[in-house]
Amino acid sequence: MSAPMPTGLRPVPAVRRAKDRFVQALVCLAFVLAIIPLLAVLWMVVRNGLARFDLEFFTHSMRGIGARDAGGGAYHAIVGTLEQVLLTSLISVPIGLFTAIYLVEYGAGGRLARIVGFFVDVMTGIPSVVAGLFILAFWILALGMPFSGFAGALALSILMIPVVVRSSEEMLRLVPRDLREAAYALGVPKWRTIVRVVLPTALPGLVTGVMLAVARVAGETAPLLLTVFFTDSINHDPFHGPQMGLPLFVFDQAGRPSDTAIDRAWTGALTLILIVMLLNLVARAIAWWRSPAKRGS
Amino acid sequence: MAILVKSTAGGQAVRRPAFRRGNGDRVFRLLATAAGITLLAIMAAIAVFLVAEAIPALRANTANFLTELTWQPNAAEPVFGIGALAFGTLLSSFLALVMATPVAVGVALFISHYAPRRLAVVLGYVVDLLAAVPSVVYGLWGATFLVPFIVEPSRFLNRYLGWIPLFGGDTVVGRSMFTASIVLAIMILPIIAAISREVFLQVPRAHEEAALALGATRWEMIKMVVLPFGRPGVISAAMLGLGRAMGETIAVALIFPATFTVSFQILGPTGNSIAANIANGFGEATDLGRGALIASGLVLFLITLAVNMAARLIVARRAAYARAVA
Repeated sequence: MSAPMPTGLRPVPAVRRAKDRFVQALVCLAFVLAIIPLLAVLWMVVRNGLARFDLEFFTHSMRGIGARDAGGGAYHAIVGTLEQVLLTSLISVPIGLFTAIYLVEYGAGGRLARIVGFFVDVMTGIPSVVAGLFILAFWILALGMPFSGFAGALALSILMIPVVVRSSEEMLRLVPRDLREAAYALGVPKWRTIVRVVLPTALPGLVTGVMLAVARVAGETAPLLLTVFFTDSINHDPFHGPQMGLPLFVFDQAGRPSDTAIDRAWTGALTLILIVMLLNLVARAIAWWRSPAKRGS
Repeated sequence: MAILVKSTAGGQAVRRPAFRRGNGDRVFRLLATAAGITLLAIMAAIAVFLVAEAIPALRANTANFLTELTWQPNAAEPVFGIGALAFGTLLSSFLALVMATPVAVGVALFISHYAPRRLAVVLGYVVDLLAAVPSVVYGLWGATFLVPFIVEPSRFLNRYLGWIPLFGGDTVVGRSMFTASIVLAIMILPIIAAISREVFLQVPRAHEEAALALGATRWEMIKMVVLPFGRPGVISAAMLGLGRAMGETIAVALIFPATFTVSFQILGPTGNSIAANIANGFGEATDLGRGALIASGLVLFLITLAVNMAARLIVARRAAYARAVA
């Protein structure tokens, strides 16, 4: 911008040039300012988390281990998180995907579709703790069900469904109209067109969206706190009795006033970040792997 | 794409041209519509059940729920109110927003208009990944690292800027409103930056080039073209960030000292929020206590709902504006 201009044009006055440089410096400063705490968090998690990143952590629960004792692990929490997230996906993906199909293929432009679309946006903004409170009020207090991993999965579903709807909707809209019309022209019924043409075409995008949604809910703590409750023991059954979740484990250990508990919390945080990052990276890898093919055609 | 039609749909259709026109279509449409209606039902159920479970506790309350500051729903004579909690929620989120927005806009501008193209793509991914870091991790970092670390800078602020009421007060501690706001700011920064970046990238290239052709420097171009175009988008991004900050639970639950007072002295040992109070108070809550927490959650739900809807409305207006421009 401030390169020498061809003859006949006056160079940019020094004051304006200085202002330009100043803002450039400010913007770079803002970036550094933003990246420092974010990297500091990651660095501290890795450094402090490695202290207890051992076999015992991944094979033992906290049963019979006091707050100040060393040892213990998060096996119960990891099992709980995996089961809860799996159940959440089993609930959210069908509802979310079918809602997206409704919005794109059936309801398009209709009044109901507009209302549903609006409430999907509203649902995206529900604080996670409110989702937990709702399941507490509905499932546990009103219906009298016990605290369980399944209740946690219900709460997480409230957070996951809108994310799945939004990403799936976007992907379904990307499927070219021509593909659908070609199928209709061949006499294929609408639902078979959706199942055999639209969904396969959008599949990589759908998978990416679902994995990002899973990554988002896997780290949620507040809904679990209100619906799964705590336990220090291994509970493989997500339908009966309190379970544990990895985010909950971190929260629980962080609240205990001893160094060994804090160490466990850091390692739990490291494990959680690794799971979430892995999901993110795989999801983006799928999207990236797919994109050259799109450009190629 | 053309190949795809031949191999899947086309191939199938040619081999078996006669589909039985069964109930498939009707069933599928029904399923899709039912899923959409389920979603509406969930939203309605959230409102209904939160209200239903909150009512008994609100009836038993001996104080005005909206103005009372203390929170003792578990006592024999329950006294609780949302006053101090709502104040803490609003103040901490607002401070977080004030800290995060300028920096986030800077980050977005850096990625969209300053960084080299290749670097920008990578940085975009990094910002997205950081947005995915679970909140409990920020909470752990805040409680173990930031709380002790912040004491010295806080003392400095208190000593030299103490004449500003915000930084005034006699006691300066680590677990303060200030610390919680910083953690919230760090957490909402990636979200605001990501949305702002998207908006800045949508600025019509022709406008930017027109400004540059008239001899504008890069900053003048950004000031005259990019920022005016992106302003509604940035505002809505900030409001979505605000909604996030207000609903944030675990990170601040680990930091707030959980008091029930109203004080603008953010460096002092006060601070709490609706969400943090739910997380901290749930463990020992009685039946009535749970009802009280649900009532506070209902208030949080309504506040975030209002903020998010406002943000969406701005976005919707902006989309129309963008189409008009194109």
